[in-house]
Amino acid sequence: MSQLSSADTETPEEAAPATDDAREAVLAEFTSRLGDGVVGSHIRVGDDLWIRVDRAHWLEAAEVAKSMGYRFFDFLSAIDWLPSPFGRDMDAQEDLVVAGTPAKEPEAMVQGYAGGDTRFQLLARLYSISAGMGITFKCDLPDDDLSAPTWSNVFAGANWHEREAREMFGFSFDGHPNMINMYLPADFVGNPLRKDFPLLARRVRPWPGIVDVEPMPGVADEEGEGE
Amino acid sequence: MTLLLASFAPPYWLSTLIKVLVISAVVPTTALILGMVFLFKIMSWMQSRLGPQEAGPRGTLQLLADGVKFLQKEDIAPNGADLWVFKVAPLVVLMSTLLLYVALPASMHLVVADLDVGVFFVLAIASLSVIGVLMAGWSSANKYSLMGALRAAGQLIAYELPMVLAVIGVVIQAGTMSLNGIVLAQNNGSIFGWGGIGFPYILTQFLGFFIFIAAVQAELTQPPFDMPVAESEIVSGYQVEYTGFRFLIFFLAEFATAFAFAAIAAVLFLGGWAVPWLPTASDWYYVLGPMVLFAKVMIVSFIIFWVRFTYPRFREDQLQSLAWKVLIPLALVNIVVTAVLKVVL
Amino acid sequence: MTTVSDPQSVAALVAEANDNRVNLDFETEGMTLNMGPQHPATHGTLRIIARLDGEQVISAEPMCGYMHRGYEKLTEVRTYPQINALINRIDWLGSFANEVPFILAAEKLMDVEAPPRAQWIRTILFEMSRVANISLFLGDFGLQLGGMTAGFYAFRDREWVLNQIESATGGRFHPNFDRIGGLKDDLPKGWIEESHTAMDKLLAFCDEMEDLLVGNEIFQGRTRGIGVIPAEIALSYGLSGANLRASGVDWDLRRDNCPPGLVYDKADWKVWTHPDGDCFARTWVRLQETREAAKIVKQLLDTIPSGPVMAKVPRIIKVPAGEAYVATENPLGEMGYYVVSKGDLVPFRVKIRSASFNNISVLPWVARGAYVPDLISILGSLYFILGDIDR
Repeated sequence: MSQLSSADTETPEEAAPATDDAREAVLAEFTSRLGDGVVGSHIRVGDDLWIRVDRAHWLEAAEVAKSMGYRFFDFLSAIDWLPSPFGRDMDAQEDLVVAGTPAKEPEAMVQGYAGGDTRFQLLARLYSISAGMGITFKCDLPDDDLSAPTWSNVFAGANWHEREAREMFGFSFDGHPNMINMYLPADFVGNPLRKDFPLLARRVRPWPGIVDVEPMPGVADEEGEGE
Repeated sequence: MTLLLASFAPPYWLSTLIKVLVISAVVPTTALILGMVFLFKIMSWMQSRLGPQEAGPRGTLQLLADGVKFLQKEDIAPNGADLWVFKVAPLVVLMSTLLLYVALPASMHLVVADLDVGVFFVLAIASLSVIGVLMAGWSSANKYSLMGALRAAGQLIAYELPMVLAVIGVVIQAGTMSLNGIVLAQNNGSIFGWGGIGFPYILTQFLGFFIFIAAVQAELTQPPFDMPVAESEIVSGYQVEYTGFRFLIFFLAEFATAFAFAAIAAVLFLGGWAVPWLPTASDWYYVLGPMVLFAKVMIVSFIIFWVRFTYPRFREDQLQSLAWKVLIPLALVNIVVTAVLKVVL
Repeated sequence: MTTVSDPQSVAALVAEANDNRVNLDFETEGMTLNMGPQHPATHGTLRIIARLDGEQVISAEPMCGYMHRGYEKLTEVRTYPQINALINRIDWLGSFANEVPFILAAEKLMDVEAPPRAQWIRTILFEMSRVANISLFLGDFGLQLGGMTAGFYAFRDREWVLNQIESATGGRFHPNFDRIGGLKDDLPKGWIEESHTAMDKLLAFCDEMEDLLVGNEIFQGRTRGIGVIPAEIALSYGLSGANLRASGVDWDLRRDNCPPGLVYDKADWKVWTHPDGDCFARTWVRLQETREAAKIVKQLLDTIPSGPVMAKVPRIIKVPAGEAYVATENPLGEMGYYVVSKGDLVPFRVKIRSASFNNISVLPWVARGAYVPDLISILGSLYFILGDIDR
């Protein structure tokens, strides 16, 4: 966890940890119905609930949530937790080579809320209109087998989202009825949203937008370094 | 001058030549007038915008400029097109339009051919255009064109009937199928013994007039019956592959036909070239007749185009059910009532 | 009647019934009609591959991606203020509304709150972009059904709102006005009175549209009973916004789950629903929504507080590590950003949940058995912006 470097926006720690009874109750009920499928959870008080399930229970999680009233399908996507080997790609890679900049050391992989063990995590969100709450589901996918059961039989809207996740991350969804590309041409090679997929435009020429984050000249640099 | 016109009796070949020239000059002119007045000016007025402003005084020559533009364009035919049919199709449509003008009387004698069965001829010729449309749709080798052509054919069958039936009321009342005869019957007739203002048939045949205008709207493929060319569905239907002057011919034919149908409606229901209180035998009609007819045509066209700019489009099956379930029964009732009144009164 | 608890099986049943009907009536060879990517009704570059029997649609499969700009990837190499300019282009008719949920998500992660005046102005501009967006829908839907005059009226009166947005933000279409912690600028002088006039014009426009289009018999004939989406189906496809409310689901994020930073609770307004779930219901709900939006704007204009429009935030914005999902009720439906930050200048991952992507995914389900003209009605009434599908 990196801190904000500026002093005046640092948020004070909450004096007493507030509780969120409604979300605790939802989590408890979900856990009791899914059993040991729940491997992690996180609650931000008054805001949101994250539940991480294991892959064997991924489909069941959708069914359980649907039976609990979470019938509105929000989205399904994924996160690649690999720290980008290219940094922000602000500088054209060939310029870096010419300048003799050493290659970046890979950072450690840090998963977000509700934890995680693998590089790829499925991310999906369901919403209950009656309860006025949403649940964000996560699911670890092992690197050697990037597949998960499809949700499209439970939530029809997952059909397109899984197609998108497949081409962007290279997953496969077992039992999906129509596993064709959503956006990319059929002969496209690679999975663009993986962190190790370079953003080609940036590798060809540097982007002028980078000047935006440099400190203004003549202003005391109290913010610390830009990068 | 009127006397001069009245006594003008050229030989057959000269009169034929004059007639051919007049028709081929009148048809594009009427199309230009309708296109300019209604498609550009009235439409932009109704839609609270300015319309063309640059070409000519207040943009009046815009359509001429467009026509020249079309003539300059390359004549493109799709690869898979049935070339011969593709190229002839617009001409077939135009031919039907030209023939329509043959029977239109602009005064007692200002008519190319004063046919005894003028009504029959006009209605029969009008339906010829669908052959051109079908040819265009089929030969374009385009699915949108084909669907447009098939829709046009279905629409024509559905709307020829109410149109013919609507006219029958007029024919019964006038007792003649000659267009000039109908004009004379209207102006020399009387309503319940009073002939002071002549007798335009719209007063008794308003139902027929309504059905006729609706059918004309469908025949012209204008909204709300513009499914054959529905731009947002089948991308202008049978016209989609046409460019340059072949498209221009379609355009001319569409608007000249609109003018012709408005003229037919004016003749059948509004008293044609005659005005009340001026006897139909008057020589003044050599000059006045075309002007009166033109004024009435503009009134009818205004109704047609007003509807065109206002209403959304029907669906194909809704159009069919409107024709078969509403318009045709109404027209039949109209005929029966007219026939009964004709016998009784 | 099957209960609609399992959408896929219902969909399969419907498809089977339609196939049987189609195939029994006429033993004809089907036709594949490729609509788009340049079809006028797809306003953008959506492509629909429709399998037809005569004019009846057996199946319709939308093909997206002709405008995919890879925003989710691009956000990973841009700082938060730069992303704000980027995401303006998602739903280009109501651009300001795109910025708000992203800014709110960043504010949530930073634990910053905009000053009250900024919240008011945000809400006003948000609703103005809704009016700008949906008023064009009303005209455009008329255009697609053949009533071209409606389209011109919409373009004419929408200009009133765009002028207001422009005079406040400097951009007609892409304001890029929202900032983390507030707004770029305060309102110009005289803006509030002008906005009142503009909203009055828009309310008059709604009445005009009701007379010209929505109340028209032909329009109703073309839309009533066409493209019916039951509530369960709508929920499971994730339809949102007016599409969901037209199916009878009384759910509006502005009222039910309004993220902090917008002040909808300060105005008196109503969420409209319609039980039918057909094309007409969707149009009608949108018409009412435009009116409500104009009312919200008028009320908030009167109560706008004074004060600064920018909270104290560091000039170089680094967002603390964390994850947040903030969704708002955008003109097209629920639009949300799932922002994953690792405490850097740039977000680690941004998942953009755009409304049209989900809204249009129901098309294969709802288009089965419809006629080609109905397909246009359905497409038009589902109302998508292509940039919102492809992102």
